[in-house]
Amino acid sequence: MPLDASDLSAIWLTVKLASLTTLLLLVIGTPIAWWLARTRSRLRGPVGAVVALPLVLPPTVIGFYLLLAMGPNGFIGHATQALGLGTLTFSFAGLVIGSAIYSLPFVVQPLQNAFTAIGDRPLEVAATLRASPWDCFFTVVMPLARPGFVTASILGFAHTVGEFGVVLMIGGNIPDKTRVVSVQIYDHVEAMEYGQAHWLAGAMLVFSFLVLLALYGRGHAKARWS
Amino acid sequence: MTLTARIRHRFPDFTLDVDLHLPGRGVSALFGQSGSGKTTCLRCLAGLEQAADAYIEVNGQVWQDSQRGLFLPPHQRPLGYVFQEASLFTHLSVRRNLEYGWRRIRPHQRKVQWEQACGLLGIRHLLERMPGHLSGGERQRVGIARALLTSPGLLLMDEPLAALDSQRKAEILPYLERLHDELEIPVVYVSHAQDEVARLADHLVLLDKGQVQASGPVSQTLARLDLPLALGDDAGVVIEGRVVGHDADYQLLSLGLPGSTLHLRVAHGPLAPGSALRAKVQARDVSLSLDGQGQSSILNRLPAVVTGWRAADNNAHVLVSLDVDGTALLARITRYSWDQLGLAVGSGVWGQIKAVAVLA
Repeated sequence: MPLDASDLSAIWLTVKLASLTTLLLLVIGTPIAWWLARTRSRLRGPVGAVVALPLVLPPTVIGFYLLLAMGPNGFIGHATQALGLGTLTFSFAGLVIGSAIYSLPFVVQPLQNAFTAIGDRPLEVAATLRASPWDCFFTVVMPLARPGFVTASILGFAHTVGEFGVVLMIGGNIPDKTRVVSVQIYDHVEAMEYGQAHWLAGAMLVFSFLVLLALYGRGHAKARWS
Repeated sequence: MTLTARIRHRFPDFTLDVDLHLPGRGVSALFGQSGSGKTTCLRCLAGLEQAADAYIEVNGQVWQDSQRGLFLPPHQRPLGYVFQEASLFTHLSVRRNLEYGWRRIRPHQRKVQWEQACGLLGIRHLLERMPGHLSGGERQRVGIARALLTSPGLLLMDEPLAALDSQRKAEILPYLERLHDELEIPVVYVSHAQDEVARLADHLVLLDKGQVQASGPVSQTLARLDLPLALGDDAGVVIEGRVVGHDADYQLLSLGLPGSTLHLRVAHGPLAPGSALRAKVQARDVSLSLDGQGQSSILNRLPAVVTGWRAADNNAHVLVSLDVDGTALLARITRYSWDQLGLAVGSGVWGQIKAVAVLA
């Protein structure tokens, strides 16, 4: 067996983290993307820029600030301690929050593009057919933006799987809690276990390729149909 | 029902400032050049655009009163809206498109029945198709049926034929006429095509640069010399007559002028006496003579009184307005003839009508 128990545990943890993060991001990212796509507010630029920050910031910078914020003296740390939850640093919950921030633009931007592409007209039509704005969102916007939701989910999931820096900064390297695949590979290399590293790294490579193939192949199939 | 709308709104490039009082039945056309504000006006009625200063009351229900800070959002207004492009939901079949509005109306408020709307627009055979597989004309018919199925108290149509070629237009116009004849829903119809207005409208509002230039029954408004309508190529009047008889031998229908014993004869199949018929007489098809005698192939010669005249768009012609026992007519004649005949306001003449187009 090329993968040992700790490898499998790292893979399972990674899948769990990426799934939860993606779900959380779809819930949080949808209203943000909708607002960014529809608003005429002056805050649109600044908010858009903040959402896009993780695209350019080194993960260590995000991890550093999160570490401070979630630590015993940070504002998130104060809140979680007041609620009796302790601190989120070096915990799975902390990783989910860190990953959500890290992958935020990968979910928000495809959604925002999909919402923008729908335009005003279908919303106006729905309104003249007696649909309230909420009704319209669920019956017109969501179905029309479905490709955007699929892209956002795939990118959010894949990008979280590929995360390393933020995890290391706020999660450390705790088996079954914060040791995800990328960290596990790092450990193998540190320990000169290149054989083990090869298997995991290869698996990541294949996974990433398949994800991107799904994404781009889908666009191709659609182009052929229209 | 009546519609009262006072709308004032400043846009970057023009100011809309209109005061509309439209009848509660039939088709009212908002007519004007592009940029005259007619579509904006319609969007304000629907609430798709929120005018800064507006009072809109339809059928006794106030939809917007900016002085009281009242604005009913579009989905709470009992209206139907037909967009210039049919704008069907591309993710839904024709049936599901129709159901979208239909399902959001409580069953006891459904006045327009499913079968009626599908039959009226001739779309029964299209129900299972996706919008992408319809022609432009079919899409627009589905769009109209979809709006009708919300049983609206007011139907707003924004140039529903403008995006179609003339063949598709001709395909849809009869459906719109049936709508007009068979449903009791008042319609506000935006258009920049005079032939559509002549065929469909009962009331005409002429808009120019965001202002109302004229508003009145279509038969009177089209006959007014002081409006730019009289100068167009299509200048002419609409006559709403009633069938008084039919000559089966020569296949000529007699159309009585409203409130008059005079009638026009027009080549047409038989129709029941008393049925309403709309006809258009173009100004360029009317010539004038001083006596009604003399052999001529012209079928319709009616005694008339000159009520006004104006220079035409070129120096060779004048436009003359006539009164034929209560019915207004326009004639486009040469200025030379005007002078030769020695015509003036009040002159008695014979209007010779070369062609009458039956519209509906």
